[in-house]
Amino acid sequence: MTQFFEPLAGGVILGLSALLLLIASGRIAGISGILGNLLTIQPGNGWRWMFVLGLILGPIILSTTGFSLPAIEGSWAMMIAGGLLVGFGSAYGSGCTSGHGICGIGRLSPRSITSVMVFMITAAITVFIVRHVMGVA
Amino acid sequence: MNFLFALLAGIGFGMGLTISGMVDPQKVLGFLDVAGDWDASLAFVMGGALMVFIPGFQIVKKQLTSPLFEKSFFLPSANSIDKPLVIGAVLFGIGWGLSGICPGPAIANISGMEDKVFGFILAMLIGMIVARRINAK
Repeated sequence: MTQFFEPLAGGVILGLSALLLLIASGRIAGISGILGNLLTIQPGNGWRWMFVLGLILGPIILSTTGFSLPAIEGSWAMMIAGGLLVGFGSAYGSGCTSGHGICGIGRLSPRSITSVMVFMITAAITVFIVRHVMGVA
Repeated sequence: MNFLFALLAGIGFGMGLTISGMVDPQKVLGFLDVAGDWDASLAFVMGGALMVFIPGFQIVKKQLTSPLFEKSFFLPSANSIDKPLVIGAVLFGIGWGLSGICPGPAIANISGMEDKVFGFILAMLIGMIVARRINAK
């Protein structure tokens, strides 16, 4: 039960935060879009810097209540290859787990529903190949 | 006010990702490992977020003609399921499956000061720059 409570509670907080940004600023809480726009120096980026600052501060504030960030166990090769593909794929495909997964599906967007189905499947296939075919733990 | 609410939404997002377990790549990979010792709990993250955002978005759409601190909503206008959307999602999924990290959790993990997180973020930003160059052509 507790195993499912934290994911559910965390998910509800994510939904409320995305809704707060939409109501206050009319913006979609899509992290890849926010980061991609910050790569260009342009007017109107202020709210994006504030959101990213909050994203970093959230876990720091929570650390006072016993939550901690994990140790990263994956290899450097996985991190670099993963990072390149996550960055390229989310920018080329107009979104990631937050923009398509929460806000897009939340708007019942056919594009986002397609994106999430596709990346869930390729992610599961990738994990299958890495863990069960190549035998990397 | 825009900046304040973007900061609050960011803090909420960072807390939601931490509480839900999305910040832990090993947990994410366990969720994606459907053929192994499958940890289904992270399905409740998207479940919880959508439980709030789907009805919330419908209410906002009906009740608000504009957000509180902007003149209008900034919602994606693209409608067609095109090649970049699908190719991007395929590659994003592979990267997510290799690393267990997507853009939000990458940033939320910054205060953990792990070298590999910074490596992932750097690679991700390079991937985004390449995709944005291609998109701009």
